[in-house]
Amino acid sequence: MRTLITVFVKEVVDNFRDRRTLASALIMGPLFGPLLFAFVINLSIERSLDDIERNLEVPVIGQEHAPNLMRYLRSHNIDVVAGPMDRAAAVEAVKTGAHDVVVFVPESFGEQLAGSIPAQVDLISDRANTQAERDARRVRTALHSYSQELAAMRLVARGVSPMVLRPINVDDVDVSTPSGRSAMLLGMMSYFFIFALLMGGMYLAIDTTAGERERGSLEPILSLPVTRNQLMLGKIAATCLFMAMSLLLSLGSFYVALKFMPLEQLGMTPNFGARTVFAAFLLLLPFMLLGASLMTLVASFTKSYKEAQTWLSVVLIAPTLPILIVSILTLRPRLEFMFVPSLSQHLLLVDMIKNEPVNLLHAAISVLSTLAIGAMLTWICARLYRREGLLG
Amino acid sequence: MIRVNDIYKSFGKIRAVQGVSFDAPDGKITGLLGPNGAGKSTTLRILYTVLKPDQGSASIDGADVVTASLQARQRIGALPHGAGLYPHLTARENIAYYAKLCGLDDHTLQERVESIVDLLEIGDFAERRSKGFSHGQRTKVALARALVHNPQNIILDEPSNGLDVMATRSLRDLILKLKDAGRCVLFSSHVMQEVAALCDDIVIIANGKVAIDDSADGIRQRTGRDDLEDAFVRAIEMVGPE
Repeated sequence: MRTLITVFVKEVVDNFRDRRTLASALIMGPLFGPLLFAFVINLSIERSLDDIERNLEVPVIGQEHAPNLMRYLRSHNIDVVAGPMDRAAAVEAVKTGAHDVVVFVPESFGEQLAGSIPAQVDLISDRANTQAERDARRVRTALHSYSQELAAMRLVARGVSPMVLRPINVDDVDVSTPSGRSAMLLGMMSYFFIFALLMGGMYLAIDTTAGERERGSLEPILSLPVTRNQLMLGKIAATCLFMAMSLLLSLGSFYVALKFMPLEQLGMTPNFGARTVFAAFLLLLPFMLLGASLMTLVASFTKSYKEAQTWLSVVLIAPTLPILIVSILTLRPRLEFMFVPSLSQHLLLVDMIKNEPVNLLHAAISVLSTLAIGAMLTWICARLYRREGLLG
Repeated sequence: MIRVNDIYKSFGKIRAVQGVSFDAPDGKITGLLGPNGAGKSTTLRILYTVLKPDQGSASIDGADVVTASLQARQRIGALPHGAGLYPHLTARENIAYYAKLCGLDDHTLQERVESIVDLLEIGDFAERRSKGFSHGQRTKVALARALVHNPQNIILDEPSNGLDVMATRSLRDLILKLKDAGRCVLFSSHVMQEVAALCDDIVIIANGKVAIDDSADGIRQRTGRDDLEDAFVRAIEMVGPE
């Protein structure tokens, strides 16, 4: 135990003096998430505000054929401007991206309207371009509602109630709570926590084998009267400490960042108070041992520091896979999922953030199974630390 | 006292050591001499227990390096080839870390670190982080931490490699001091003169086998060569190719 503590203390002191470790544990890991998150949130807020407030400029060919329609469009925040020469030029302009959407009103428009024949209007847009499609949708909606108004007026003129045109009235009832709506976006958070956790311990894990070997300090330390188990456990303990620090900072920075993000504008109120932060920390703690031993294990097979870094960046991505799969399939928490590390933490965190009751049995299984897998990996690490191939 | 009894070690197809035996007694300096790739380092690595012999046995003060490796390690101070320090720790911290791992209590630890810092003249750079150390400074600190727990047996793998004249001299003085203190010193080298000037006993290794094990004078006699370098070459020829 004394040896273990000695190794632990030395590793902590050593790594606190190492800029690279500090940068990844205390800056990269914790800040990467909130920054990316703030960026994504701001982008989506900007976009959602776009729709209603921004005036849309739409080139219209043949404005003179439909003065009433033009007036109607302007009243719906759509600025009608002069467009290309003719229809062919308009198609070309949309193809090349010079315009997102162009409206073409043929000469016959007024005539057809007067004769109660469906009047032709062309809406030229590129459906593959999602950004442009948003604008096209606005114009389409405006044209459609103008058409509806005209229809209603014609019916009234013939003494028929416009209600006959609306046999069904559809009303959207959204039952998602504001917290629930946040879950989609906030589901990303759990990965950032796991990412920060792993980043915090990455350099220590490499140092345990590849680093010590490359520096030439592995053989001397192995020739000391200490067992390799003690060395290994001391180093894994130090790795865990750095991971815990990184996680705490990450949780803290999210806690602060969320306070400043205008999430209400997106209809989201995530449940991420001090209590949730604390619960999330406890929930992710078992993942520390697993992460530390997994990274140490992977690094122990590599020949050099560089090679270890390459492989560990793969390990950093690995926990995303289960998260990605459940996000795509939108799976609900199930008992068997709780045996899968990273997936179980993700699902439980999402529940917490959505402010839904957390299934305690699920939480217990998540904690215990993650701990068990971590302990198993640590045992394998210790076994591997004894083989001669370690010396490289 | 180090005993090596007919050890073998192969790495895949390469047979690094093939039946090496010798004794390194207390109060004597034993030199392990041989060309590059002769099996010197492998023999020493087996002695400081990071490798296990495929066959044969070796013991440190009676403790077998395989079955009682922890006890064996308690009795040795080893300086592996190209030993590295922790760059973010100062020279003194590097030494103290090893002392602590060797189980010295705080009081003894302070004393031992002080005395070894004095002995190896590390004082000037003891408080500096070892990141920018010269090769000589690094070797001194690595040597100091190997000796900090006052081991009876000292194993040095090519300690003079890359050292300048002054550093080599102080290393030689240190080895002689250790001998006078009754320690068993075993070191490897490929420099004949260095070994001849220091060693009571010289073990010449070539192709993983012991070519000759004798004093400098004995080697001259048995090879029939007056010049030690010629004697060295002759001894290696006597083993012959694999």
